[in-house]
Amino acid sequence: MANSLFPLTAYTIYSTMQSSKQIHAWLLLLPAMCLLVAFTHYPVVKTIARSFYGFGTRWESKPTLENYRYLLEDDVLMQVLYNSFLYAAITVPVSIVLAIAMALWVNGKLAGKGLLRTAYFTPTVLPMISVANIWLFFYSPEIGLLNKLLGLVGHGGINWLGDPSVALYSLMAMTIWKEAGFFMIFYLAALQTIDRNLYDAAAIENASSWTVFRRITFPLLMPTTLFVLVNALLNAFKLVDHLFILTKGGPNNASNLLLYYIFENAFSFFDTAYASALTVLLLVVLVVLALLQFGVIEKRVHYR
Amino acid sequence: MWIKKVKQTALAATLCAMCAPVFAKTELTMFYPVAVGGALTKIVDGIVADFEAANPDIDVNAIYAGNYNDARVKALAALQSGEPAQLSVMFSIDVHELMDLDAIVPFDDIVSSQEEKDWLAGFYPALMENGIVDGKTYGVPFQRSTIVMYYNKDLFRAAGLDPEKPPTTWEELAEMGAALTKKNADGNVDQWGAMIPSTGYPYWMFGALTKQQGQTLMNGAGNETNFNHPKVIDALNFWKDLGSKYSVMPEGAIEWGTLRQNFLEQKTAIMWHSTGNLTTVKKNAEFDFGVAMLPAGSELGSPTGGGNFYVFKDASDAERAAVLKLVKFMTSPEQAARWSIETGYMGVSPAAYDTPELMEYVKTFPPAAVARDQLQHATAELSTHQAGRVRKILDDAIQSVLTGQSSAEDALNGAQKQAERILKRYK
Repeated sequence: MANSLFPLTAYTIYSTMQSSKQIHAWLLLLPAMCLLVAFTHYPVVKTIARSFYGFGTRWESKPTLENYRYLLEDDVLMQVLYNSFLYAAITVPVSIVLAIAMALWVNGKLAGKGLLRTAYFTPTVLPMISVANIWLFFYSPEIGLLNKLLGLVGHGGINWLGDPSVALYSLMAMTIWKEAGFFMIFYLAALQTIDRNLYDAAAIENASSWTVFRRITFPLLMPTTLFVLVNALLNAFKLVDHLFILTKGGPNNASNLLLYYIFENAFSFFDTAYASALTVLLLVVLVVLALLQFGVIEKRVHYR
Repeated sequence: MWIKKVKQTALAATLCAMCAPVFAKTELTMFYPVAVGGALTKIVDGIVADFEAANPDIDVNAIYAGNYNDARVKALAALQSGEPAQLSVMFSIDVHELMDLDAIVPFDDIVSSQEEKDWLAGFYPALMENGIVDGKTYGVPFQRSTIVMYYNKDLFRAAGLDPEKPPTTWEELAEMGAALTKKNADGNVDQWGAMIPSTGYPYWMFGALTKQQGQTLMNGAGNETNFNHPKVIDALNFWKDLGSKYSVMPEGAIEWGTLRQNFLEQKTAIMWHSTGNLTTVKKNAEFDFGVAMLPAGSELGSPTGGGNFYVFKDASDAERAAVLKLVKFMTSPEQAARWSIETGYMGVSPAAYDTPELMEYVKTFPPAAVARDQLQHATAELSTHQAGRVRKILDDAIQSVLTGQSSAEDALNGAQKQAERILKRYK
């Protein structure tokens, strides 16, 4: 009798402990949960609902596909999507390549290394809005720095932000300038974790520096590259602060990006319903991109 | 601990609620925009401080909220989230949308005494055009402007032109502009004849050019646009020609935000800009400059612009009374004169120009009166239902023409069609 009682008691104690542990765990999760639900999950659900039930600023009683139908008819949206993908397709790879190059450069033995690292990282520290205000004057056709430099070589200058065929590229240049330094920090950290022995071994084999980069450095940087790639792609769609200052999406939507277009619809046109449909579209784009990245690239990434 | 804190807060809140009636202070929250840069926020703060000193029973929380668009977004967001806001300075052309959103009440519902009614009738009629809908006044003028022509007298002299005779017609603008455009040895332009900004508020500048052709962009009810009227197409062609045909203005879009700097650095001899820039230009110009009315096409003309006071529906009766006091104070002749002198915006009533201060200022600095004198040729600024979208349609059309992407006729026909589709619901 006593024998059989013992395990039962132990079990009771164990299960009480378990459940108190459970409560403890949930209590610890609660604050973060509240924040996530209030500021992430609830808005997502509401946005999706609004895209079906909204019309302008009103709510309709029946669901409708009207907002999604307009997505297909909207010429501006087509231009905006084209701009957004082009923007991502150029800014992401260029900033990554630049970041690796800069990281390799400031990782080497070099006088004034600290200064150089700081210089490369500075653009990241500055707020986007103030930076954009500075670049607005760089880009200004008559008084701007860039055209003054072009003037020195006798060029008549370019209307950087006012010419529809140039405006988007001007935005890209600033974005790359701003982002590359940030990504450099990750690469720099990763470079310093690579085992020196590998390089010593390569030196014994008399490998060229290109081979060392291709066979050792780059493969071992792959986890970082994946991380940076995911972030860079997200940022390409998420960061539009500079548009408010530099072009407001113009001229004639030549530099309009998806998130800015959503803002315009929601807050300049008060069409929150259509803005919700656009947001759902943005969400789908981002999810698809994330799946592609993790599905395709992760297979090639070499974690230790 | 946590619960204790809640109790404390609750106690504090109760105490506050109890002592509030003792002081009977009315708190007002007001958002206001600044569209031209410069230290305008300090001037608003100064006026508000004077008002509070004169009215100890009213507390005014004046919040600078960015440009016109931002101010509207912030005010409406505050209202939607239940935060108090009783009045705001917002774009004079937001009136139809604010009414559609059921956010504002007309001043006619708030004024009662004869003196108050006289005050409401005392503004320049041209400044009331954007604020009156269906015979009721929803917007009271505050930071109001017209577009004026700033010109560099030194550059006029250097080009052999009479500095006291700025261009008064489109033809003269093109001719003098050509004389003022200077190329360097490489054949690149160092100094332009004129610049009209085409980002930021292109539809506003365009409103001037169309008025100069004797045509308005929309009807008073805000449900009809005239974007493809032949005169409107002419106006856009002239704007484009200044760049592509007469070559007195750079082609492509010209940035609103940096234009003043271009003028101050003498990269352009003439600029069209808001009169709200006047004081800043006066302080920073290192050359002799003049201000004139915009040149005439078939007639003179400029749209009015700028911000009006609006009262929100949610304000209680006591708050509305306080709002009225505040708005009356800020638009009183003395304050309007001070505001005009310190910024360059217009004194909003004839009485403001009769104050000794402004009279004296105009005497010593005649450009300060140009915007007012131009009022008799002014028209309302583009204002419709769904104003943001309609404005954007016109802005895109203007920019597509100025950047050479399409012809004025095609772009404006397209814009008109899109605007009609949006506005047909409001007829």
